[in-house]
Amino acid sequence: MTNSIADIHLADVLMITGSNTTEAHPVISLEMKKAVRQYGAKLILVDPREIELAEFATLHLRPRSGTDVALYNAMAHVILENNLANDEFIKTRTENFDAFKEAVKDCTPQWGEDITGIPAEMIVEAAHMYSQARSASIFWAMGITQSSHGVDNVQSLANLALLTGNFGRPGTGLNPLRGQNNVQGACDMGGLPNVITGYQTVIDEAVRTKFENAWGTSVKIPDKPGLTVTELMQGIHDGRVKALYIMGENPMLSDPNINHVAEALSEIEFLVSQDIFLNETGQMAHVVLPGVSFAEKEGTYTNTERRVQLVRPALPIRGDAKLDLDIICDLGKRLTKSNGKTSNDVIHQITDWNYKDASAVWDEIASLTPIVAGMSYQRLNPNGLQWPCPTADHPGTPILHKEKFTRGLGKFTPLVFREPAENPDEEYPFVLNTGRLLQHWHGGTLTRRSEGLDWVVPEGEIQINNEDAQEMNVTDGDLIRVTSRRGVVTGKAKLTSKLPRGMIFMTFHFVEVPANKLTGAAVDPIAKIPEYKVSAVKVERV
Amino acid sequence: MIKEDKVVTTTCPYCGVGCMLNLHIKENVVYKVTSPFDAPANKGNLCVKGRFGYDFIHAKDRLTQPLMRKNNELVPATWDEAMNHVAERLLEIRDKYGPDSIGFLVSAKCTNEENYLLQKIARGVIGTNNVDHCARL
Ligand code: SF4
Repeated sequence: MTNSIADIHLADVLMITGSNTTEAHPVISLEMKKAVRQYGAKLILVDPREIELAEFATLHLRPRSGTDVALYNAMAHVILENNLANDEFIKTRTENFDAFKEAVKDCTPQWGEDITGIPAEMIVEAAHMYSQARSASIFWAMGITQSSHGVDNVQSLANLALLTGNFGRPGTGLNPLRGQNNVQGACDMGGLPNVITGYQTVIDEAVRTKFENAWGTSVKIPDKPGLTVTELMQGIHDGRVKALYIMGENPMLSDPNINHVAEALSEIEFLVSQDIFLNETGQMAHVVLPGVSFAEKEGTYTNTERRVQLVRPALPIRGDAKLDLDIICDLGKRLTKSNGKTSNDVIHQITDWNYKDASAVWDEIASLTPIVAGMSYQRLNPNGLQWPCPTADHPGTPILHKEKFTRGLGKFTPLVFREPAENPDEEYPFVLNTGRLLQHWHGGTLTRRSEGLDWVVPEGEIQINNEDAQEMNVTDGDLIRVTSRRGVVTGKAKLTSKLPRGMIFMTFHFVEVPANKLTGAAVDPIAKIPEYKVSAVKVERV
Repeated sequence: MIKEDKVVTTTCPYCGVGCMLNLHIKENVVYKVTSPFDAPANKGNLCVKGRFGYDFIHAKDRLTQPLMRKNNELVPATWDEAMNHVAERLLEIRDKYGPDSIGFLVSAKCTNEENYLLQKIARGVIGTNNVDHCARL
């Protein structure tokens, strides 16, 4: 998020797109509802489904799946056509405006209606509402990013914010809602193939040298980005990837197209799973290493507003399990020793894999990472700090891009609308959409072990529009079979008027009804995020 | 009323909102979860997962010892055995097929410190940028 949870209620207009916030980020949805009910903000909701937030929406736009760019290009067209843009902001803080203007020249509201199915008047109204607000903020989640052109989707939203100058003030900005508790941190810490900590790129020689020296490595950090998850799975298939070390993840359930993943993991030469449960991935592993839960460890998580917060141990370690940090340090020692270096080798200048505790690891991170350089455990206690926080006396940054953008000027991106990789057709006439439920979490490893939560929602259901169901003679609880070009899943039907006709909705929390057997292998060419929200399927009564 | 042995303030393990939690502990069991009203992200609010989703900590099927595959079956092993095997196999594979034949998946559920160190092993010890996590999914 460019902005903070604490300033959500200060927006005049909120535009929420591709986020069922009530279910996926419940406590943030409270702030959004407060903005509407208590502070009189207007809410533009963009979602094909009639989700709970629709009750709070001033305008509910229900686009055909996968047509986001067309909607936002059309809104930009209206804003420009009616002189509703923030000219001063465009002039002083942005670049590439002319190319962008040219790109949306023909994106009339009618053009938008033809592609998205949203009435042209509603597109016009949304454009007025968003651009006329004193402060307007945009929120999105996986509905925007899990697309074969997720990067375009995000850029089309950024264009709107640039056009109207909605940056750098409370209640504005671009606010992606991060899914899992520490996605932000995993990315910040170099858990990506192209960047080390704080988004320092591996392409940059100075960056590589800095880390090589600090770490005292005997190997060179490669100057090319590595493989993404999806590419790693493909690499196993192709025989290029021979070993995988997986910590705290279950790609068997969370990857698109799990048949493909299961095949890959069964072929791999060496697989290690470090986890607190023996999950589907662990069952295929050669070695399983028992780590500990958040309640037994010390460390930090970084939330969706870039706030680094402390995790504190509350319980003793169970059985012969080990702190995950200790497991990794143990591995580090064994690997470097076998590399021919002893533990008192001067090459390992900083720590030599002997860290006193988690705060010592943090101090090493801070020493190598400008965006968190000013943070220490002492300062993070009790309320955490939001990065960037470059120095020990810096108060942290609740709002990004105040005076200027990180890259200097904000850049408009001219975009051409492209259809999703797989649209419904005669053979597969339905669109499959996937998402989360409030009561369960991701692959279900944690929540499905909570008796209370599993009792409320014990089964994965397949949601289908009432009228579609009636036509097929299906009623609540009937078994239906959903087939895509990649797999088949059978489950109980749940009729609902909240889905548009022609759409099927499933969650990915349940092993018994694994939606990801059906989803596509198409991925965004840049972000490499798979298309989860649009897969063509057919539906039959069993 | 139960009187807790201690209350530990920490951060919710479920979603990216990052709610602050107070874990109320009695005899090493989390029996209640509350949240301080001045918590920066959530001002004392919690959702059903944050408030009640803690049985997993005490679940019977938590892993408590390392496992190794022998005769195609996962059987208990000592830490020394398991860790030596991991280190040996990783180095063997690196020597035979090169560093880029090994991949590391860090985790959106693990801490910053854990993620940092695992990618440090990948980049600084094995010598590969094959580091990713599943949460872009
Ligand atoms: S309590 Fe609920 S909203 Fe808050 S971080 Fe946990 S899962 Fe997210």
